[in-house]
Amino acid sequence: MEFVRKWVQVTIGFLTNSSWAFPFTKTIYQGPLKVICAPGLNCYSCPASTTYCPLGSIQQLLGGLRFALENGQHYFGLSVLGSIGVLGGLFGRLICGWACPFGFIQELLHKIPSRKFGIPRMLSYGKYMFLLLFVVVLPLVLIDEFGTGHPWFCKFVCPAGTLEAGLPMLFLQPNLRNTIGLLFLNKFVILILFLTWAVFSSRPFCRTACPLGAFYALFSKVRLIKLHLDEAKCTNCKACHHVCPMGVKFNESPDDPECITCLACMNKACKFDAISLEIGGIPLAVPDRGLSPASKP
Amino acid sequence: MNPTTRDSRNKRPIRKAPFVVIPAFLLLWLIGVATGEPARVLEQAVQVCLSCIGIG
Repeated sequence: MEFVRKWVQVTIGFLTNSSWAFPFTKTIYQGPLKVICAPGLNCYSCPASTTYCPLGSIQQLLGGLRFALENGQHYFGLSVLGSIGVLGGLFGRLICGWACPFGFIQELLHKIPSRKFGIPRMLSYGKYMFLLLFVVVLPLVLIDEFGTGHPWFCKFVCPAGTLEAGLPMLFLQPNLRNTIGLLFLNKFVILILFLTWAVFSSRPFCRTACPLGAFYALFSKVRLIKLHLDEAKCTNCKACHHVCPMGVKFNESPDDPECITCLACMNKACKFDAISLEIGGIPLAVPDRGLSPASKP
Repeated sequence: MNPTTRDSRNKRPIRKAPFVVIPAFLLLWLIGVATGEPARVLEQAVQVCLSCIGIG
């Protein structure tokens, strides 16, 4: 199943970044597909990107809300919120585990042999702060002399934007290199920090700073597709604790907002078939190893 | 998978919450589409936002 997940990650990564004319055009894709919402964190200023980033769009729409309202346009970001809300209701953070290119990059980095460290649970609340403050409040409230707010998360934090868009655009358009300043250096340092951290800890950006992950996490209890714990079968052996890339203790918190439904606990850890994948309460997949509760140690 | 196990799983109730949440966000999306928002989103998405990516 892990092999399937990797292929899904690669396929979705290519589908959301399938415009490969940029070495010749020297700019980003500008076709109509960009009206489609990327499920994961995928910068729409990436030269290959064929979808829009929901976080970037919502910040831009909220930043330009005053201007839009003055012109009689009611652009509150409802189409963007609706798109990611439907995705969240269907999949929740399964998207982080199966469809986010930046999550995939972090997973690959974590495969580099090194000493591995956990991430304190307290840091996971940081992403909700980024969602509320940097994606909603600051773009809406802090406006410039033209009455426009700025995309604070994209501008000051997003390492995916630096990796997928900032660096490639500097490579494609050498004249942009003259405009590099503190803003870029700040974002470059953030990128290097998260990429280095990803070698030593599993998915540090997803767990501590990703506002999109924070949004999808809000659906942990109500999403259609999720993992289910059969408490009658669970022996509390805690095997699921050791394989989770997000530090979830599944037997203690089956609806944990950090669960990205990578299925590692179900397929690699649980020997008692206590964990299953379900759609709206209907079992979808259960690993059947011929073990019954009677064979519990 | 033995029959007892299957029976016990079949008794699991259908969760209703996703069937409320998904249509609610679908409605939001439709309202956004009705206001012409996707055209604005597309307009933004086809331009390189230099300050957004830390350049300029």
